Amino acid sequence: MSKKIFVSGDEAVAEAVRLAKPHVISAYPITPQTVAVERISDFVEDGTLKAEYLHVESEHSAMSAAMGAAAVGARTFTATSSQGLLYMSEVLPYVSGARFPIVMMNANRTLATPWALLSDHRDSLSQLDSGWIQVYCEDAQETLDMILQAYRISEDPRVMAPMMVNLDGFVLTHTYEMVELPAQAEVDAFLPAYTTINRMDLDDPKTVCYAAMNDYMEFHMKQELDMRKVPSVIEEVDRLYGDKFGRYYDGMVEQYLCDDAEVVLVTLGSVTGTARVVVDAMRKEGHKVGLVKLRYMRPFPREEILDIASRVRAIGVLDKDISVGYEGIVFTNVNSTVADLETSPGRINFIGGLGGRNISKENTRGMFNELLELARGEKKEKIQFVNARCEYHG
Amino acid sequence: MPRPEIIKWLRTQFFPHMWCPGCGHGIILHALLRALTDLEKKPEETVIASGIGCSSRMPGYINACTVHSTHGRSLAFATGIKLAKPELTVIDVMGDGDCSAIGGNHFIHACRRNIDITAIVMNNNIYGMTGGQASPTTPEGARATTAPYGVIDPSFDLCKLAEGAGATFVARSVVSNPKQCEKYIVDGIKHKGFSVVEIISTCHTQFGRRNKFRSPIDNINRVKDLSVSQAKAKDMTPEELKGKYVTGLFVNVEAPEYTDQYFSLVDKVKGE
Repeated sequence: MSKKIFVSGDEAVAEAVRLAKPHVISAYPITPQTVAVERISDFVEDGTLKAEYLHVESEHSAMSAAMGAAAVGARTFTATSSQGLLYMSEVLPYVSGARFPIVMMNANRTLATPWALLSDHRDSLSQLDSGWIQVYCEDAQETLDMILQAYRISEDPRVMAPMMVNLDGFVLTHTYEMVELPAQAEVDAFLPAYTTINRMDLDDPKTVCYAAMNDYMEFHMKQELDMRKVPSVIEEVDRLYGDKFGRYYDGMVEQYLCDDAEVVLVTLGSVTGTARVVVDAMRKEGHKVGLVKLRYMRPFPREEILDIASRVRAIGVLDKDISVGYEGIVFTNVNSTVADLETSPGRINFIGGLGGRNISKENTRGMFNELLELARGEKKEKIQFVNARCEYHG
Repeated sequence: MPRPEIIKWLRTQFFPHMWCPGCGHGIILHALLRALTDLEKKPEETVIASGIGCSSRMPGYINACTVHSTHGRSLAFATGIKLAKPELTVIDVMGDGDCSAIGGNHFIHACRRNIDITAIVMNNNIYGMTGGQASPTTPEGARATTAPYGVIDPSFDLCKLAEGAGATFVARSVVSNPKQCEKYIVDGIKHKGFSVVEIISTCHTQFGRRNKFRSPIDNINRVKDLSVSQAKAKDMTPEELKGKYVTGLFVNVEAPEYTDQYFSLVDKVKGE
């Protein structure tokens, strides 16, 4: 039987990892990821989780050790955040190229300098091209569920790709909520033991990470072609999980009141919760606004975005990041998809939340108002900073 | 209360500092500033680099040329600074995790090169800032959040590591002996070459709390009780020395300094 527990996002991750029964966990401490790995280390030390916990000396080693474990067929877990993720970045394409299904939690935190501790998405979005599947969670429950789904998705023989489960630092990692914890037997039924042919084996010796040289291009074409099939596996696992545990997340993208919407706002992560409340309030006032919760950034939900864009008059994209010298990273991704339409809707890129700057209900209402005015034909600035303390005209 | 000439070295606008009240790092900051004052250093000719962690917040409070760099890489930053302007006094303040885990590689290579930088390693035996995870210097058997039943990994002796890697000045003190801390920092800065001054610091919040040393005073008494002078240690057996902090000056030798070697090579290649 499942039960309700009152936990932080970090603790929800630890509980999910305990249920997923990885063989090896390797991690290096970084705020705000630490509580998750501390709880996992408690589970390992008291025997609740039968696994090897490696105290490594850096994030680079954490991912390298996870890769070594995965190379002999172990189910592995690691966790990091911000600078730690960047320090791992050399190893990320190693893992995805070798097709090892490592699951990693990333507590989204901004990048230095200047130093800051709070959440934005600059860390994980800088690793979009690393060959990892990336999912973003709205709350602790979704995070717990996605850690479990992540193993099922990434270990699927059609996928064989590592997966990064992102949750906003502090906003999710350190706030407490009631979370439904599935029973071990049900998780075991959902997530069978990991078996793979992609491993080093004394009875069938082979090399991992060999120098491909002339086959390099075909190698990555195969990786890309496989990744294109991942959305259908994600949808399948989402249905399977929902049927078993009662929580469905709509796969690649959640569309909230989008059916008749004139304008929609695209969000990533915990800020979706704020936007949901604002959509409810504005709907009551008669505004046809909708919310697009982008759950996956890789693979990118091209079909869903095209479908939404073909129905609405304006799309806003809220980026908690910036590709300095251009625009928000999510905006670039949405834009390149929308470019496939013959007539595309109006678009505004809202850049907010950098370094953890608050995005309030009022700020979100302001974004919807800008979109509604754009839909009525008013001229709007394409890139707008939200809740900034200085003026900007681009 | 610090002397007025020491207050001048502080960015008092950033006070109160972020360290927990009773943290050992404040004793080291004061010892460093007394050393700089004793040596009549000027802030504009003094660079203080740091990495990440509680220790690494120190340069932010010092009114000199300071840099808060990436985790474990402060010696790489400091090396670049010293090579660009060898006339500067370059000091690097690090924590135990910073120096010996993620930055271990930079540490041994700085020792090997014998570059004229003074590395002050503030060893409080724990990752304090991130919440008390075991570091490479957490004593065997001590508890940490990532080792709730005690650490089984043997810990590093940072002074032996520095000596083995080629540092030409290596000393250790404890925060319960601030005058000795100051003396070793003074001598380390005066020494031409790579100087390592390890100072055993305290963290009652993250280390002490989990290891039955709750108050700041308990923790300062702990390091005081565990410290043994080099002279005394000579007559003790390895069993008696287990878990002790041996204090003293272990290495003080003259050897060619890296920037001197580098610039004389440049001159030679240019034919000057």
